[in-house]
Formats: sequence, C-alpha cells, structure tokens
Amino acid sequence: MNNICVYCEIEEGKVSDVSLELISKAVKLAGELKCEVEAVAIGSGLNNIEQQISPYGANIIHSVDDKRLYPYTTLPHSAVFENIIRENKPQIVLVGATSVGRDLAPRIASSLKCGLTADCTDLVIGDYTDPKSGHEYKNLLYQIRPAFGGNIIATIVNPETKPQMATVREGVMKKEHAAKNFKSTVNIIDPSEILDKVDFAVKIIERHIEQRKVNLTGSQIIVAGGFGVGSKEGFELLNELAKVVGGEVGASRAAVDAGYSEHARQIGQTGVTVRPKLYIACGISGAIQHRAGMDGSAQIISINTDPEAPINSIADVAIIGDLHSVIPKMIKYYKEQSK
Amino acid sequence: MAFRIIVLAKQVPDTRNVGEDAMKSDGTVNRAALPAIYNPEDLNALEQALQIKDRILDTEIIIITMGPPRAADIIRESMYRDADRGYLITDKRFAGADTLATSYVISKAIEKIGNYDLIISGRQAIDGDTAQVGPQTAEKLNLPQITYAEEIITCEKGKIKVKRRLERGIEIVESTLPALVTVHGSADPCRPKNSKLFMKYKHAKTQTELQTIDDDYINQTIKNKSYLHIDELSLDDLDCDPEKIGLLGSPTKVKKIDNVVLQGKDSKVIADKDADIKHLMNDLIKNHTLG
Repeated sequence: MNNICVYCEIEEGKVSDVSLELISKAVKLAGELKCEVEAVAIGSGLNNIEQQISPYGANIIHSVDDKRLYPYTTLPHSAVFENIIRENKPQIVLVGATSVGRDLAPRIASSLKCGLTADCTDLVIGDYTDPKSGHEYKNLLYQIRPAFGGNIIATIVNPETKPQMATVREGVMKKEHAAKNFKSTVNIIDPSEILDKVDFAVKIIERHIEQRKVNLTGSQIIVAGGFGVGSKEGFELLNELAKVVGGEVGASRAAVDAGYSEHARQIGQTGVTVRPKLYIACGISGAIQHRAGMDGSAQIISINTDPEAPINSIADVAIIGDLHSVIPKMIKYYKEQSK
Repeated sequence: MAFRIIVLAKQVPDTRNVGEDAMKSDGTVNRAALPAIYNPEDLNALEQALQIKDRILDTEIIIITMGPPRAADIIRESMYRDADRGYLITDKRFAGADTLATSYVISKAIEKIGNYDLIISGRQAIDGDTAQVGPQTAEKLNLPQITYAEEIITCEKGKIKVKRRLERGIEIVESTLPALVTVHGSADPCRPKNSKLFMKYKHAKTQTELQTIDDDYINQTIKNKSYLHIDELSLDDLDCDPEKIGLLGSPTKVKKIDNVVLQGKDSKVIADKDADIKHLMNDLIKNHTLG
C-alpha cells in the first residue's frame, strides 16, 4: 500500500509544530486508507529526531543527515526529498505551508509532474467521478481551501497523478500524541551520492532567525484587530486590553497589509490558525480566510460598528459599536469586577 | 553585453470586488466578469528589475504575461514604468491551466526568448495565493530559485545577492545566474508611471488589438514603429506538448465549489452601553473565561 509522506521542517534541530501537526493528520488519514505514515527529516545533527517525531505516530522516519543539508536550501533538499518520494511512492505528500514548504513543494511537484494544492484548510478522503469520462476514483485526497479572495470554498482532487501533494499552514491541524510508547522505525539514508550531483548554486551568506516573539497558538485569549482598528496607534488599545486580560494580540490580513500590525500576528488562512478559549474580534469584518483561522475558538466576541458584518454570525456575543469606545469600557469593567 | 531580465507578471481579478457571475460552471474563474489589476507583488518584482536597470547600463527588461487578450494592459503598464517590451501568451487552448500547466507554458516562452540573465516574478498572485508558478517555472528551466526576496542587493553578470524575508527573520543568499527570483510584498513599491513613457507607449498594441483599429493613419503609424509592437505568443508559436497545457495538462481538478455559507450561530447582540458591557465582563469572569 502506498503511504502518506510528511516533510519535517527542522530549525536548529527542532521539528516545527506544523510538521508534527501534519503527522497527526496523516495518522488519521492513514487509518482510513489502511496505510502507514512516513516522516522525512532532512538536515544536520538529527540525533534526537526520533524522540521528537515518534510520539506523534509516524511509522517510518527517513533520516537524512548531512552538514550540507542545514540550513535549508532549495536544490539539495528537493533532490533528497524527491529521491525519497520516487523510491517509496507515497500516495499523499504533505508539507507545511511555510517559507520553506512553499519553496520546496512546488519545485518537487513540478519535477514529479503531479498536482499540488497550497494552503489547505481541510483534508478529507473521498471518491471522485470524472464528469467527462465517468471514470470513478476511490479514496482520493480532497484538498479543501478557500479560493478566489475567500468568496468560495474549493475542493480540489488529483485523480490521475501521484502523489497527491498539499501544503497546510501552521495550526490548521491539531498536534496529537499517538498511542503511548509508540515506536517509529528509523531509516537512515546516506545522501552523499545524491548531493554529489546537486548544484549548490545558492549559498547562504547571512541568516538571522529570531525566536518566536508572538505565541498566538499557545494563547488562551486572543484580542484580534482588523482594518476597522484604523491605525497602528489603534492597536495600542488592543494591546492594553490583551495585557489586562492576559491575552495575545492578533490581526487580520487587512490590518497587516495596511501596516497596523506585524505579519507574525496574522490570523487566518495565510497566517496562523488559533483555537483559544476566547477570541475578541475588534473591527474585523470576518472574511472566510480570517474565519478559517479562528472559527474553532471556544467563544467569540465581535466588536463591530456594522451589525451586518459576517463575523457577527459566528460570534457568541456581538457588540455593535465602535471599538474605540467599547474596549475602554471592557478594560474598565474587567478591572473593577476581577478584584 | 546586454543584461536581460525577464519579468513574469499577471493580470488578476481584483478579488476584493467579486460579483455573482465570477465563477463558471466548470469551477474556473470567469475573469471577464471582474475588474482586472496588475498583481501587486508582480509590481514589486518589476521595481526590482527597474532598480537593476538603473544600475546596469544596457539592461533590457522583457515582460511576459499569460492571459486573455486584455492582459496586454499589463505590458503597457510595465512599459510606462520603463520596461522595454513584452510578450503576451494568449490562446484559448491554454485556458483552465493550473500552476503546473501554466509554468510549463511560461517556461516554453522563456526558452523561446532565450539569452536571459535573470527572471523575476512576484511571490504569488492574489487570485490564487499559491506561490507555485515561480518555483515550478524555475524547475522546468533547471534554474536555481530564490523565493521571498525583499531586496536584490547586488546583481552583475553571472552573480546575484538577495535578501530574503522569511516568517521569523531574514537570509542573505548569493546565487549564480541565470536564476529565478520571486519578490515578496515587503520589497520596495513600484515607481509610478512616467508621463514621457506613457506618451511614448500609449499606442503600443498587440496584433489582435491592431486589427480592431479602424483609423488607417494610426494603424500605419503603429505598424511602422517596432517599439509599439507587443508580441503575442500562441500555442502555434511555442514548442509545447498539447497534452501538457490547459485543463488537460493540469493534474489538479476542481471537484466542487461551495459558496460560503455562514452557519449562523445564535449570537447575543449587545449595544455599546456601560450596563451591557459591565454585565458581559462579569459573565466572562464568573464562567472563568477571563481571569
């Protein structure tokens, strides 16, 4: 049976959350397809990679350790990963929709001449009948994503070509531990033969990667601002509310594009996906791409001057009013009553 | 020796203004029903090319765009900003292409133009947000790729140095040329149209557009001035395998399109009043959502 293959993104020896989330999702899909999950770790100094990956239930870990494979560069990683795909013939390949994954996945899909869907918000197994030929395909991967500025949700399939490739943003899938004491089989691959033929055309001269300052996925309370916040200064008010209630500040794409907030805070299809206990949406109209990143929140409060804003329809409480007037009241009455 | 830059630019529907007739029944986009704009990150890409032209004498910037006949606007818009010329890849047989089939056709056009030092495109287009066509074109041409570029720091024959903008930091990389660079929206915005260039190029036309001009004088004038010619490339001009283009050459199929339906929670609606907000905050504290 052809398996599901997950590319593990590794920064300073640590497997990224999005990769572990994808392994968890792959384990579920593999249960339906009755196949196994293969994790691919490509980098340098991968001694403890098994301890990081096996708790999430990958049956096989392909470990490719070579000094030339860290930090990530396109051509060596795509050569090694493509080789693993050609040898193991997975039916599905999943990659995080990060600046690494979005650099790597299309390069590989092009070389393998297979289909690739970016930024999926859901992955489901199902059947497909070709409308023209009437040919029926069993157990394809439905790659579901908002499309076209979020006005529609598209379900994409790759009936003819394998593997079926998809990228998924961080936080969209849930990271879950597999059964206790789960053991992966580690397959060590010597890349020297492949790398000797690779073109190292691109060389990294300098690299400054910051530790994550913003921890949106780990925060139980999120105060998020949209275009309606109106300015960078307007976000100060959101900062204050977040500080008072012990939360983190997030933003919609419109607010980030307008320069009101930084990209690391972007929530939604092209940012991070969050599931906090409480999500306070301030001046966010609630386009589908934004809702895709927060509609799993346990409770949603929206603050919007427009009673017809789409966000209100998924909010538990919709406050109709100007956030500049509402938020100070929230701060005031929280302080008053929390003592 | 001239330095030749090819810029890949796309005319995109302005997804912020989408009407009801925006989608066709086969699930592809009905571009004719939408206002069309220059894809924003492709403008950032053009600016990077123009900055190289400012620095390297004898730089030629060639625009390639693929789309319906009206996408010739993208080439004119680029010429008003000092691009030298452009090719419009247009053919009904290319329609319905996904990123794989699109990058295949674009790579064939680039091969036809040839002698390039550098290819620059925007990171992604706002109608798809896939960021796939750049890397896939690079792969088809067997070129190194540098994605997420924020600034081309130095560029000379055979060598380029680029600053990349990543999620949590930056990278400065060097590559041999030719290479393909995709430019991130955090790069310098594109310069405005130049009025002299606008006057020079406003009559630039494709062959197809020329046929619609009735005025013989204008028609002849355009024909006589080669800089006013926008080249069109159809399937017949490119060395393409017909099985690798259009819908047929696209491995991804749209199974279905759902309109976005709001599930309609039972929301409690409250006003911006002291009593209401005081009550809400009290509830949130009492049920331990806050504090």
